[in-house]
Amino acid sequence: MSATTAFLTDSTLCIGCKACEVACKEWNGVAEDGLNWTGFSYDNTGAVGHSTWRHVKFVEHPPEPGYGGNSGEAPASWTFSSDVCKHCENAGCLEACPTGSIVRTEFGGVYVQPDICNGCSYCVVACPFGVIQRNKEDGRAFKCTFCYDRQKAGLTPACAHACPTESIKFGKLDDLREEANRRVRELNDRGIDDAMIYDPTDTSVGGIHAIFVTRGDPKQYNLPPKPEIPTIYAKQGWRSAAIGAGILTAGTLLAFLGGNGR
Amino acid sequence: MSAKESSLPERLPTEAPEFSEPSRERRLEEVRRQALHTGRVTGAGIRPAGSPFPIASPEAGYYGIPLLKEPQWSWEIPVYFFAGGAAGAAAVIAEFAQMTGSKTELVNDARTVAAIGSLLAPALLVADLGMPSRFLNMLRVFKVQSPMSVGVYIVSGFGPTATLAKMANYLRGNHDGILLKMIESASGLFSALFGLGMATYTGVLIGVTAIPVWNENIDSLPTHFALSGLGAGVSAIELMGNEDSRALNMLGLAAAVGETLEGIKLEMTSKPANEPLKKGVSGVITRLGGLLSGPLPLALRIASALAGEGNSKQLRRAAAASTVAGSLFTRIGWVRAGHASARDYRLPLQLATKSTPTVAQLPNESKFAKASRQALGRHD
Repeated sequence: MSATTAFLTDSTLCIGCKACEVACKEWNGVAEDGLNWTGFSYDNTGAVGHSTWRHVKFVEHPPEPGYGGNSGEAPASWTFSSDVCKHCENAGCLEACPTGSIVRTEFGGVYVQPDICNGCSYCVVACPFGVIQRNKEDGRAFKCTFCYDRQKAGLTPACAHACPTESIKFGKLDDLREEANRRVRELNDRGIDDAMIYDPTDTSVGGIHAIFVTRGDPKQYNLPPKPEIPTIYAKQGWRSAAIGAGILTAGTLLAFLGGNGR
Repeated sequence: MSAKESSLPERLPTEAPEFSEPSRERRLEEVRRQALHTGRVTGAGIRPAGSPFPIASPEAGYYGIPLLKEPQWSWEIPVYFFAGGAAGAAAVIAEFAQMTGSKTELVNDARTVAAIGSLLAPALLVADLGMPSRFLNMLRVFKVQSPMSVGVYIVSGFGPTATLAKMANYLRGNHDGILLKMIESASGLFSALFGLGMATYTGVLIGVTAIPVWNENIDSLPTHFALSGLGAGVSAIELMGNEDSRALNMLGLAAAVGETLEGIKLEMTSKPANEPLKKGVSGVITRLGGLLSGPLPLALRIASALAGEGNSKQLRRAAAASTVAGSLFTRIGWVRAGHASARDYRLPLQLATKSTPTVAQLPNESKFAKASRQALGRHD
């Protein structure tokens, strides 16, 4: 089995060119996702979805008095980050999939087999990152494949290959975790003390295979502070179901015995 | 300073040029004032999303764009929850009614409700699939960790057993035989077991998700849905002409009491995740469902017990009809609440529920507007 591969997306290197979005769509043949203006900075896509597997976020802060909105003057008010499927260590979509369409690849990625998926859309509500989505016209669910085809051929995923600043790095998970630590230390040394790593290893998701270096609180990048895999609720759920079934059984039995079968 | 001032003239011309009117010139000045004071100008047909500057901050999330994806189930799914719940409970009722030697009509009708629901349920489930022709792909694996997978096997077991039980039950009406009786008993028993699953698993199904309003109520959802299904099942059998059954009335009362308690509990719990159960369209539907399945049928059944011979039956029919409608509304309400919950970006980001500055709720004067006003030396 090959070593687990991963993405490290460094928002401090991203220039917001969206080359990753274009490369992803072209390589994977993903349809256009409509031409809408969101009004939110230069982000006219909004979020990853069935037709957007890479999505550049434009995190724009309200300008400080005395400084122009996007001027070079401090404090910086504009950062970018290319979002993608997190390929969770414990993946909600994979556990939820009732057809076995969603599998773990030999590279540790989470892959939806399009020839098996029947579009039940249970994975959609099972993803704590809001990544996977059903394409209504096609019927099936889609998300980032981690360029499984390219990886099998020993190639770098399309987005990482096209990234002009190496903001998207591709490599072995362990190496990239080290690299992320090194990068944050380096940034801190340079006085950028709000640089941090997003890799929720302390939750039930158990870490992700697409880690991020962000500036400031990851919340402003729509990265949840405590993503949980929904299967942690299963035990409570089935306990409540057993109670419900017990009430139904005992109640019905009592009613008919007490009612003398009437 | 002078450059900025020249781009924003101190005063508009006091006299309007001939091609305009004073009212229109005043409107322009009003727009300018509003822009300066609030940082944004609202008007008919204009949706200044994100203006004047989009706010992405740890307090406001990423422009308030939802983090989670909304459920993509269509109308079939809440109806499926309803039909499956009622039919599952009816299968249990049919079995115990038959065991305790209840009236044949009651057993027949309960088997009918179970069989109809058991056939309707998979039809609705398949219709909702993005690729219905691939329904059988769900039977190629069994995953105990996926409530959807477990549920598919419950549905697949319930359909044939409940239908077979009804067929045997129907044929027995014409020619009684030991074989038919055995078939009805055996398949009836299995349909009751699967029925218990049908009535409860849908609560687990939506609870074991990333949707906050669902997973935060996982402790009670399956029981809640089971009681809702019991109420609907009992009521459907009653409405088929079994309003005189004391056992069904007791069960109906129990379901109504249970749903009333559940309603009280939900009303008393005030946590951010439960907002969609009380506010908006989902709140109205959920509360209506609760009222129609709990307090209203409870009152009607009590009134029926106290009423005279003539009114008693009418009141019980009203209680039953209310419960059936209430169960359907409860399912629709909960599913819609899931949509509203997924749209609420504050929950998964653990943001303060109130006083979060979203784009729609900017403070009266933005930092930018204030700064530029001060820079321009304006105090009007």
